[in-house]
Amino acid sequence: MTFLRRLPPPLVVGVVFFGSWELLVRAFRVKEFLLPRPSSIVTSLVDTWNPAETDGLGTSSLREAGLNTGSIAVAGLLIGLLVGVVLALLVVRFGRLSDTVTPFAAAINATPIVALAPIFNAWFGITSVVSNLAVVVVVVFFPVFINTARGLTEVHADQLELMRSYGASDLTIMRRVRVPNALPFFLTSLRIAAPLSVIAAIVAEYFGGPQSRLGPVITQNASFTRYDAAWAAIVVASAIGLALFAIAQVIERLAMPWKRREA
Amino acid sequence: MTSDAVSVNAVSKVFNDGSPEAVRALEGIDLTVKPGEFVSLIGPSGCGKSTLLRLIADLLPATAGTIEVFGKPASQARVDQDYGMAFQSAGLFEWRKVAANIELPLELMGWSKSDRHARSKEMLELVKLPDFGDHYPWQLSGGMQQRIAIARALAFKPELLLMDEPFGALDEMTREHMQNELLGITAELGTTVVFVTHSISEAAFLSDRVIVLSPRPGTIHSIVDVPMGDRNDDTREEPEFFAKATEIREALRAVEAPA
Repeated sequence: MTFLRRLPPPLVVGVVFFGSWELLVRAFRVKEFLLPRPSSIVTSLVDTWNPAETDGLGTSSLREAGLNTGSIAVAGLLIGLLVGVVLALLVVRFGRLSDTVTPFAAAINATPIVALAPIFNAWFGITSVVSNLAVVVVVVFFPVFINTARGLTEVHADQLELMRSYGASDLTIMRRVRVPNALPFFLTSLRIAAPLSVIAAIVAEYFGGPQSRLGPVITQNASFTRYDAAWAAIVVASAIGLALFAIAQVIERLAMPWKRREA
Repeated sequence: MTSDAVSVNAVSKVFNDGSPEAVRALEGIDLTVKPGEFVSLIGPSGCGKSTLLRLIADLLPATAGTIEVFGKPASQARVDQDYGMAFQSAGLFEWRKVAANIELPLELMGWSKSDRHARSKEMLELVKLPDFGDHYPWQLSGGMQQRIAIARALAFKPELLLMDEPFGALDEMTREHMQNELLGITAELGTTVVFVTHSISEAAFLSDRVIVLSPRPGTIHSIVDVPMGDRNDDTREEPEFFAKATEIREALRAVEAPA
């Protein structure tokens, strides 16, 4: 028992979760198309990761699909971060802009991406990377914009008065106080936006485009009732999202050495 | 003849002037503070004591009247960084280490790195925290943070220190300890202090003069001179100290009594 206690809790939970999943599916003979066993998903993952020959159905290797979708998610994430941060800086620097930009940004954010994806396809071309990228950018920029703007604005009044007592200019206050103050807000939004970028990329891919992406791999395998392969692609998608989330967390730790940490 | 440290002439402050929500915060304030003098502003909440401090600091514009700091307009004194400032919250920048917090005003003034380090080291010794330069603010207690804030306010050795209830958030013993230290430091540097407080004993212990303000609109009700000379912990138990505290208390009662 002491051995069990020393294991990290997420590992224990994971093993118990997937173990019971496997057991229950076997015990109750659940149909594969409803819920494949974890073991068959893993088998399918290995088989379709980098198959020696194509299966004749035109589905591409998971490795390639994952790389493509992952690249779109990461590129869209980076552009979205840039757009969000630049907008936040502009809105805070030029207060009057806020009344114009914020409702507009909110409106874009409130528009369902499922509605935007086909329109972007029409605008940028269905085979173009730009249309998928645009969907990711639209999804990512909003949480980044809102959080960063908040961090830039919510500076302690005493700290602002102190800076003004030093005769500091608005630009100096921005650089020395507002930007560092906004950093934790920005990094929180990064943690939200990172996994969102993968979701957005896959949703966009459902609306057509090149086949060697995770979205089409999931839909195709599902339509050919190869649910284990569809699940394998979902696993890859989650893994990318988790990896981005983990990277965001590492960046958060490295970028803010001053934050209080539990030992 | 040397000029006064602070000279406030017929100053009024109205917030939201001209609108129905206009608030007359201060009216007809005349006040001079001599170099090296320690002056406290005391009064019930809403009497405009913090507003008056911010007018002197040029963080708020006066509605009428003039304010001079060392013979020049308050706005010029602010740009010239003629005064240091400390607030009730230490207001340290959490992303800067303690030494970097103290060095911030020096950085803005364009001091060289080695000069800044030398000065922050000196100031840390002055506030008796020589080993804490490399710590982050959250690693310090409230009292220690407040001492760092004072070290920062004094880092460029301004001749005038403006303080807004700087010890308001501290417990009684820490507060008294800080008061002793503040007097020691300002005596050593010859600093003029304008000090906002709501504590009667604090005002009596620290000040050469206590300005009692009455509220709505804020006016100077009375001025209590406290000619006690050098002070230490024994001062707090002397009859003269109690007599002055009583005098201030009675002035405050007169101010707060319903009209």
